[in-house]
Amino acid sequence: MEKVLMKGNEAIAEAAIMAGCRHFFGYPITPQTEVAAYMSKRLPQVGGVYLQAESEIASINMVLGASSAGVRVLTSSSSPGISLMSEGLSYIAGCDLPAVLVNIQRGGPGLGGIQPSQADYYQATRSSGHGDFRILVLAPNSVQEMADLTMKAFDLADKHRMPAMILGDGILGQMMEPIVLSAPEEQKPAEKPWAATGTGGTRKKNIINSLYLQPDQLERKNLERYERYKAISESEAMYEEHLMDDADVVLVAYGATSRICKNAISMARSKGIKAGLIRPVTLWPFPEKALANASCRAKSFVCVEMSMGQMIDDVKLAVKCSKPVYFCGRTGGMVHSPEEILKKIEDANGGVINEHCI
Amino acid sequence: MNAFNILIAGFGGQGVLFAGKFIVYAGLIQGRQVSWLPSYGPEMRGGTANCSVIISDEPIGSPIVTKPNILIAMNLPSLDRYEDSVEESGLAASDSSLIPRGLHRTDIQGVFIPASSLAEENGLKGLSNMIMVGKAIREAGICTQGEIAEAMAKTVPERKKSLFDSNMRAVFLGYNYGR
Repeated sequence: MEKVLMKGNEAIAEAAIMAGCRHFFGYPITPQTEVAAYMSKRLPQVGGVYLQAESEIASINMVLGASSAGVRVLTSSSSPGISLMSEGLSYIAGCDLPAVLVNIQRGGPGLGGIQPSQADYYQATRSSGHGDFRILVLAPNSVQEMADLTMKAFDLADKHRMPAMILGDGILGQMMEPIVLSAPEEQKPAEKPWAATGTGGTRKKNIINSLYLQPDQLERKNLERYERYKAISESEAMYEEHLMDDADVVLVAYGATSRICKNAISMARSKGIKAGLIRPVTLWPFPEKALANASCRAKSFVCVEMSMGQMIDDVKLAVKCSKPVYFCGRTGGMVHSPEEILKKIEDANGGVINEHCI
Repeated sequence: MNAFNILIAGFGGQGVLFAGKFIVYAGLIQGRQVSWLPSYGPEMRGGTANCSVIISDEPIGSPIVTKPNILIAMNLPSLDRYEDSVEESGLAASDSSLIPRGLHRTDIQGVFIPASSLAEENGLKGLSNMIMVGKAIREAGICTQGEIAEAMAKTVPERKKSLFDSNMRAVFLGYNYGR
């Protein structure tokens, strides 16, 4: 199949359409505006609805409405905009609705900057809204994966009736790479007997709701949901291993950062240091088994993130502190150079690590 | 074949991103691995804009070019900022009609072409970017002469087809300059 050059943001949009998404609600923000721009052009051509809402708060509630009616729906934003969507996201989770949202992260906190960042890891994996709930978080590291994981996100969201987030960053959103866009195999769209599509006078009405005033009912609801989360965390974790067979120093990185790690690993290997990479592709569920297995043979871990250190918590939990876990971070929109990661690999290999790195 | 780590830099509006897009298509039609990454900050509106292009036979790790082996500098601030980052024995192409100095480095190859004046004289205003690219292609062997038209056909969108010829003329003006 022919390779086409696309920006990561455009790849997400086209992949969503190929996955059957015909509804997009959003509000522009750098560095993800191309998602909305692409949808505004393409969706009318395929009989879809593109609507620029008055705010992110409105967008996410439109997503809730569309999803309630059983259609595949997408919204997209960047860090501050995702914060505004928190309340709606929690309602979507509380209603057991599928939805796909995209966060092309930029530097924070506050209005922050517009350069690439990975500082919304906690927000995505821990606290995307109030209450007890989880969302699926997929972290592409190439334009091809921006497309592939978007299609996958729709399937997972429908299958598990929960929100799925594509967590990218400004580099992945803005860069162009050749990709092959292949439609998912012809599959029966997920049955949505729960959707509010009109009873036709033939069945009991479906109610989409997140309000449970009886605490015992609400507890039961949450316990049921967490049973599902448990099954998902055992079955849906995805990761990539790179040069892990003999790795002494294991880098852990996702998204654009994982690509810079690969450069640093080649540099380390040419110096005789056995470095490898575990790249979580899903951040929730986190591929903890892969890390636990690696901790049996590796000497040390280095968590590389464009943040002050957020995923490192999951890395430490996964390796149960059996090996040292060091940190290599940039923040505010600054991006690692391969050289500074190499330096950290050398330190982690020789054990010369300053206190503040741990 | 060598990997090309190309950094194109200039003022916003000089066609830095478009020039990069053309080069990336030249790599793509050769079946090589390619990536293109623009700067997208406030510099796009008047300040310095830059674009990282990588063409390689290996899968591309970081798409950010921090040590270019080809630098295309379209204005003085870009040359000032990036000359030191060029890899040893790399190439720095500079628009000598806008950049009033040579290179400080002696361990890299300097290519000087008065692209802006050439564009003006040949009725190709605004296409100094493609003149620079043509010269860089010739000097560094990024693609063959024959691949230029195919890459251009992919770069110029269908609805702007009228711009194909002028862009081709600009590339070849640079390609043949000084030969």
